[in-house]
Amino acid sequence: MNDLDCRRFVELVTAFLESALAPEQEQEFVDHLARCDGCDRYLDQIRQTTQALDGLPGEALSPEIRATLLDAFRHRPR
Amino acid sequence: MDELPVDGDLIRRLRDRDESAFTLVLDRWSPGLRRLARTFVSTDESAAEVVQETWLAVIEGIDRFEGRSSLRTWVYRILTNTAKRRGSRERRVVPISSDDGPTVDPSRFQEDGPFPGHWWEFPPAWPTPEQGVLRHEVQELLTQTLMQLPERQRVVLALRDADGWSSEEVCELLGVTAANQRVLLHRARAFVRGKLEQYYTQEATS
Ligand SMILES: [Zn+2]
Repeated sequence: MNDLDCRRFVELVTAFLESALAPEQEQEFVDHLARCDGCDRYLDQIRQTTQALDGLPGEALSPEIRATLLDAFRHRPR
Repeated sequence: MDELPVDGDLIRRLRDRDESAFTLVLDRWSPGLRRLARTFVSTDESAAEVVQETWLAVIEGIDRFEGRSSLRTWVYRILTNTAKRRGSRERRVVPISSDDGPTVDPSRFQEDGPFPGHWWEFPPAWPTPEQGVLRHEVQELLTQTLMQLPERQRVVLALRDADGWSSEEVCELLGVTAANQRVLLHRARAFVRGKLEQYYTQEATS
């Protein structure tokens, strides 16, 4: 048995995903993951969260604003 | 996506009034700028105006840009400042997430009992995308949720997860350490996950 419990696990998820855990801690994390379905699900949901954010639409500029800006660029005083 | 020219080339071309260079950055960065602006202000229209104001400031300031940060960081910094000013004039939700404390409600874990520190109940399962999740509704929820985050968490999350910036780039923009950046990112992700959990739980029972 090691010290890493679920309460601690959930705080380490991003560090794990960023490969920022010390080797020993990473081993504990992976060990816990292997035997805890709750934390396995938690990790997966954090992954899903980042994926959902990745799909957030970023709208292009409207043609009007784009034209205004290109015009402003063109006529910028030297 | 094609690589943008290196900063040195881009900046020189922008100063030389090279329209194709301006079009390149304008079209490449505007969607991300708009998404980030939207997390500070309360309407899409307002966000579009902030982006316009930002580009005008870029046009006006490019000759004086000293290149101490990357061009993109400089543009995003102008955007954040502009959006912040605008956001504080508009009535905005007070952040309900905080910068410290546990990211998951402590009551979800056993205190004493046979397995201290372990879940009482596992987080509820989420529907898989094939189960017809209301995509638009989720996106609206995510946008609203971003606005409830404290500023630095919000910026980190929008840049890292929505815009695909590296942690180094975010550290440069915000002037924070890698460890600090990671904490902000984690807090923000955990908060958004919690909101999605609430949403899916309500969906399942309604
Ligand atoms: Zn666990």
